[in-house]
Amino acid sequence: MLVHHGYSDGSGNYFITINSEKCDACGACINACPANVFCIFAEDENDPLNDRPVVSIDQEKRNKIKYECAQCKKCGKDSILPCLIACPIGAISHSW
Amino acid sequence: MVTFMAAFNSPTFYKKNFFQLCSPGLGNEEVDNLKQTQTGEFWRWRESNWVNEKIEWRNSRYITVGIDVGSVSSQAVVMCDGEIYAYSNIRTGSNSLDSASAALNSALANLSMKLDAVNYCIGTGYGRVNVPMSDRTVTEIACHARGANFLFGPAVRTVLDVGGQDIKAIKCDSEGKVTNFLMNDKCAAGTGRGMEVFADLLSIPIGEVGDRSLDISEEPAAVSSACVVYAKSEATALLRKGLSPNEVLAAYCAAMANRIIMILERVGIEPELAITGGMAKNKGVVERLTRKIGINPLKTAWDSQLAGAIGAALFGYSLCKKGKGRTTK
Repeated sequence: MLVHHGYSDGSGNYFITINSEKCDACGACINACPANVFCIFAEDENDPLNDRPVVSIDQEKRNKIKYECAQCKKCGKDSILPCLIACPIGAISHSW
Repeated sequence: MVTFMAAFNSPTFYKKNFFQLCSPGLGNEEVDNLKQTQTGEFWRWRESNWVNEKIEWRNSRYITVGIDVGSVSSQAVVMCDGEIYAYSNIRTGSNSLDSASAALNSALANLSMKLDAVNYCIGTGYGRVNVPMSDRTVTEIACHARGANFLFGPAVRTVLDVGGQDIKAIKCDSEGKVTNFLMNDKCAAGTGRGMEVFADLLSIPIGEVGDRSLDISEEPAAVSSACVVYAKSEATALLRKGLSPNEVLAAYCAAMANRIIMILERVGIEPELAITGGMAKNKGVVERLTRKIGINPLKTAWDSQLAGAIGAALFGYSLCKKGKGRTTK
């Protein structure tokens, strides 16, 4: 399942997309992220029949992702984000 | 006198008795409209509850309940072995706990069944953490996909839920399992609450908004923003310019449709499309949306607002079948 966490507002689309099918909750992104936006949910809140843990975005940070991620996004589009480097299976992507 | 006034002021008394007493012979809709004109509450939509008399709950193996406490409306659905037995749809009050109980009580009101007969209860929606009788919570995203699958059939691939304060675009498979979703809950632009504000601003009962926005000779340009705050000032400017209320509604409905399409396009629109939530009842937005994307949304005889609660009750049923349900007397 592609889970888009974030929002769109007048200035653009700010979503972090996690592929929960790929994600094996290894936690590499959690250690890599300086803003601690990632966290592990014991069960997928969007798939109640699945008991597997999954990485998601901290509830508190979903509505301010643009600002939380700003410290890594400062180099513009070409910068490679720590979370993308850390994820061994490429389950994370950003929309901006 | 005090007790009389208290009873008179209680919303239920007001709703059920006052206008019917004052205006016998009027249909429900007319009573609603009269009430709206007299109270100035043009946003007020009709609350409802329903029982399927054909189902005998004692004969069913699992009874499950789904309670969807949204930001604007709350629904409770009682299901017997995956069939809808009873439901209610009410307005969410200032307290999620009370709203959850009120929705459930309203659904159970005409039943001989009590809450202790329920095998599983799931809370969902914005206020899901505040459903005291629930065994667990599930996000409304999963529930809406599952509910849409039940209401509209397994062909549904894209579910659009336009709720009171958020818009969700969900892609799902033939079993109603979510494959891709996006929720915009930061900004209430283009949502049900925005429409309520508009109904009030223009003094048009919310149930008439759709029809009246289509009752125009020429489609006006959409207001530039679906943002409730900006659109309101823009609408006032349009009224001052001499546009009729119907045309202003049309301009706002068009802006809402545009906003919804932006969100839909992010997940990709794949037929069949189903629209759930209160906005599905607004023809003005749905028709403009249909015109722009070129896909006819599926229709259902059920109340589109129930999708979340139905999905929750169905998840409860699935969990019961997995042996996770409560044993009842």
